[in-house]
Amino acid sequence: MTLQFACGYDKKSETRQSMSKKILLKNDHIPGINTLEVYRKHGGYESLKKALSMAPDAIVEEVKKSGLRGRGGAGFPTGMKWSFLAKPEGVPRYLVCNADESEPGTFKDRYLMERIPHLLVEGMIVSSFALGANTSYIYIRGEYFYILRILEKAIDEAYAAGLLGKNILGSGFDHDCYVQIGAGAYICGEETALLESLEGKRGNPRLKPPFPAVKGLWDCPTVVNNVETIAAVVPIVEMGGDTYAGIGIGKSAGTKLISASGHINKPGVYEIELGVPVEEFIYSDEYCGGIRNGKELKAVVAGGSSVPILPKHLILKTAAGEPRLMSYESLGDGGFATGTMLGSGGFIVMDEDTSIVKNLYTFARFYHHESCGQCSPCREGTGWMERIIKKILDGKGTLADIDLLWDVQSKIEGKTICPLGEAAAWPVAAAIRHFRHEFEEYVTRPEGIREVRHYYRLNRLEPA
Amino acid sequence: MTATDNIKFSDETLALVQKTIRRYPPGRQKSALLPVLHLAQAEFDGWLSAPVMDYVASLLDLQPIEVYEVASFYSMFNLQPVGRCLIEVCHTSSCWLLGADDIVKHLEQKLGIKKGQTTPDGKFTLKTVECLGSCGTAPMMMIGAQFHENLTLEKVDAIVGEWEGKGERSRYC
Ligand SMILES: Cc1cc2nc3c(=O)[nH]c(=O)nc-3n(C[C@H](O)[C@H](O)[C@H](O)COP(=O)(O)O)c2cc1C
Ligand code: SF4
Ligand code: FES
Repeated sequence: MTLQFACGYDKKSETRQSMSKKILLKNDHIPGINTLEVYRKHGGYESLKKALSMAPDAIVEEVKKSGLRGRGGAGFPTGMKWSFLAKPEGVPRYLVCNADESEPGTFKDRYLMERIPHLLVEGMIVSSFALGANTSYIYIRGEYFYILRILEKAIDEAYAAGLLGKNILGSGFDHDCYVQIGAGAYICGEETALLESLEGKRGNPRLKPPFPAVKGLWDCPTVVNNVETIAAVVPIVEMGGDTYAGIGIGKSAGTKLISASGHINKPGVYEIELGVPVEEFIYSDEYCGGIRNGKELKAVVAGGSSVPILPKHLILKTAAGEPRLMSYESLGDGGFATGTMLGSGGFIVMDEDTSIVKNLYTFARFYHHESCGQCSPCREGTGWMERIIKKILDGKGTLADIDLLWDVQSKIEGKTICPLGEAAAWPVAAAIRHFRHEFEEYVTRPEGIREVRHYYRLNRLEPA
Repeated sequence: MTATDNIKFSDETLALVQKTIRRYPPGRQKSALLPVLHLAQAEFDGWLSAPVMDYVASLLDLQPIEVYEVASFYSMFNLQPVGRCLIEVCHTSSCWLLGADDIVKHLEQKLGIKKGQTTPDGKFTLKTVECLGSCGTAPMMMIGAQFHENLTLEKVDAIVGEWEGKGERSRYC
């Protein structure tokens, strides 16, 4: 770990100027890049041409070499996932793109699909060719109806140009790609719940094994990948896996889309080369541009609502005092005791006036609302945690309630069908771990709660 | 049961249903359920009544219970009537950090209802919802498929004012 950290850091200083490396969003600024014509003018679908001239397994090999890890949150190596895909004779295989994007703080897939829809469509065709899938689906959250229209338009353009359908570009490869709309359920981002939903059912996660690679959509072998993962396959095929692996830092290869929100001067979606120091990401004008209204940084949720919140001193530096970097390894340094996770790249920044307890309440309410209800520890635990936090927030809590809250969260992890249970527990654990004093303040000085300054003021208005 | 007798999609929508079913292998028409429920909600006054769900079941060759259990799982399907303009305000972390509570309070006062309620004239329903992927442009609310972002109280007033005078319904599709 330390060794990798050290060499990665050196490497970073060598490539200092090129840190804002753009691969996925390199043509983002070009007007009309959402259309097939402009997309092709700037090299679009060249990767598909190259892919169709390769052996499918050779593409899987390139993806393996690239070191690409799933961008949906779990960071599982994509090439390895692809190589697990079962290939029984005569059974169709499917590629399903996870565009459910509902993890609070995450809005990168939306940005990518809205701005450069053909990058996803090209990625779907290239990946499907590599996997031998003649049909693929993009499952998009119901609230993104307007993006469904954008994707459908891109897909129609691709069909009209012979990039989808029968015998694509004369290669003999047939492929159909469809967009499927969801209807409002965070749990449908969990891959097996997504497949259930795509089959027209409630989004109840399945027990694994069997994994989707063996028994997925309609019991057929299926690969589920995030939007950004599938889009990244396009440049990987174009530049070769080895070149891609050289970007980033250590086992965090390539670039990552980070969606930054909260009390920063420049919220938005940024493509970073993995390995950028967190401090630079927050304060540099190239990215978040520092904290709004000249306030101090208080805490960050670095990878979407499910990952542990870290106070300022631990998000900027690891417990050992090393600069914390935007990479899977560095953000994870210290485990949950002092570290966090890169997760989905949903980077939520809070200033000094923020009530950590109230922010946690919005998360707890979220998970309670989104639990599918199949497992008692999750179904009951999420509701129980929400109620305890509300009680504390209302100034009616006791010190014993804080211990109870800790106890409840500790009994969910590892006891549920899917990871939503632990995703609900981790933020609670981290908030108590790092900000217990704030919970105690709510309990011991309820009359002082009014003094706990909440940031309720609207966007663009000066603090009162 | 003849409850579905007077409920029927337009020919145009029926063609869309058929097109949707063709996306899946033969016999897998159940997969069309979510898209078709969206169409039903848009065509039949913004909510899914039992007769409407029965109609969808008959169209897709499903048992009514298969439709009910799905409709009740997903938060975008309304099982009660809603106002002509359904306002959905995000109240999760990033939006809360930038004033979502003030937006909700303001709308409650302006419309004279609490969240979850519909105005007596049936014009507005106010709902709070979880993160809609608009955190970088918080606070935000959604009306139909339209995102309204970087909200201020003035912006909210202008949007509500616009809907006051509108004859049509907000819809997702
Ligand atoms: C509760 C829950 C919600 C999830 N939501 C999403 C999501 O919105 N988008 C996504 O890509 N992955 C989501 N995931 C992760 C998926 O289960 C899956 O790991 C991912 O789609 C795999 O793609 P990747 O390897 O390309 O990241 C979620 C997981 C859980 C447990
Ligand atoms: S952990 Fe929660 S969301 Fe996941 S299957 Fe169990 S009850 Fe459902
Ligand atoms: S928190 Fe409101 S849109 Fe994400």
